[in-house]
Amino acid sequence: MTLAAVLVASLACYGLKLAGVSLPQRWLQNPRVQRTVPLIPIALLAALIAMSTFATGRHLELDVRAAALLVALGAVLLRAPFLLVIAVAAATAALLRVAF
Amino acid sequence: MATPPAPAGARRGILRDALGIAVASGAYAISFGAISTAAGLSLLETSALSVLMFTGASQFALVGVVGSGGSVWAGAVAAALLGSRNAMYGLRLSAILNLRGWRRPLAAHLVIDETTAMAIARDDLGLAGYAFWRTGMALFIFWNAGTLIGALATQAISDPRVFGLDAAPPAAFLALLAPRLRAREPLAVALAAAVVAIVVLPFVPAGVPLLVVAILIAAYGWMRR
Repeated sequence: MTLAAVLVASLACYGLKLAGVSLPQRWLQNPRVQRTVPLIPIALLAALIAMSTFATGRHLELDVRAAALLVALGAVLLRAPFLLVIAVAAATAALLRVAF
Repeated sequence: MATPPAPAGARRGILRDALGIAVASGAYAISFGAISTAAGLSLLETSALSVLMFTGASQFALVGVVGSGGSVWAGAVAAALLGSRNAMYGLRLSAILNLRGWRRPLAAHLVIDETTAMAIARDDLGLAGYAFWRTGMALFIFWNAGTLIGALATQAISDPRVFGLDAAPPAAFLALLAPRLRAREPLAVALAAAVVAIVVLPFVPAGVPLLVVAILIAAYGWMRR
């Protein structure tokens, strides 16, 4: 089941890449498409941040993940490298669980 | 008057940059392997994502959705939606890379943020192609090696929650999002998307909040002047 979803999603992602290098230029040169597509990852990543911080399934929860996100935000603002941002967030959650 | 750099020197510089990007991505892939395994994906599924999907944000989206209790199909939808930007990159790349025959399907697999950035930064078309292929190949190797290391290391841990790995996906998404927020409009779009996702989440099946956000942003982009 999981593997099937992984394969289908991978095929979809490859299809999008292949479409980009294969389709006639004018199809994707529509100014509205050009304006809209860069906004999609911004909106989706922001939605994913909110959901993976505050949701478990369909329930909203406030737990150590919110604190971990705040620390990660601080690391991002200090221009920390990617791996360090992840590490401080994980460490925050781990320490808070030990402490409480 | 500036003289163009000797091709050999320019190529060495590109190779050095490509390797630097690949090593940095390898480290980032370690965190992907760890997060994916902590979310419950097997070694085969985790590696399949890095070999076959090979586009970081989509991979993180799939395992992030699964890790926070969503269905894997909801994760698949998120991954595909995030992959839409690669079509735009492909469009720009097909204009500067001379893709013929078997090179086109092979090049398509390597169309991601990093290879696009490396290729479009060159004025010389020959160097653009060199930068694209070398960055893509180096990144593919380090990305998959890093994924394997992260997944195997996490499998060795009995409970990934002890290390807070279940709290890592929001940080990973934030680190991917931050470089795209350099103007007021993207910041407003991001905040609005986060609020919409949280507000609709309790009332709709898993995966649907992301679709709602995608539809709203598409409508906004389409109607905005």
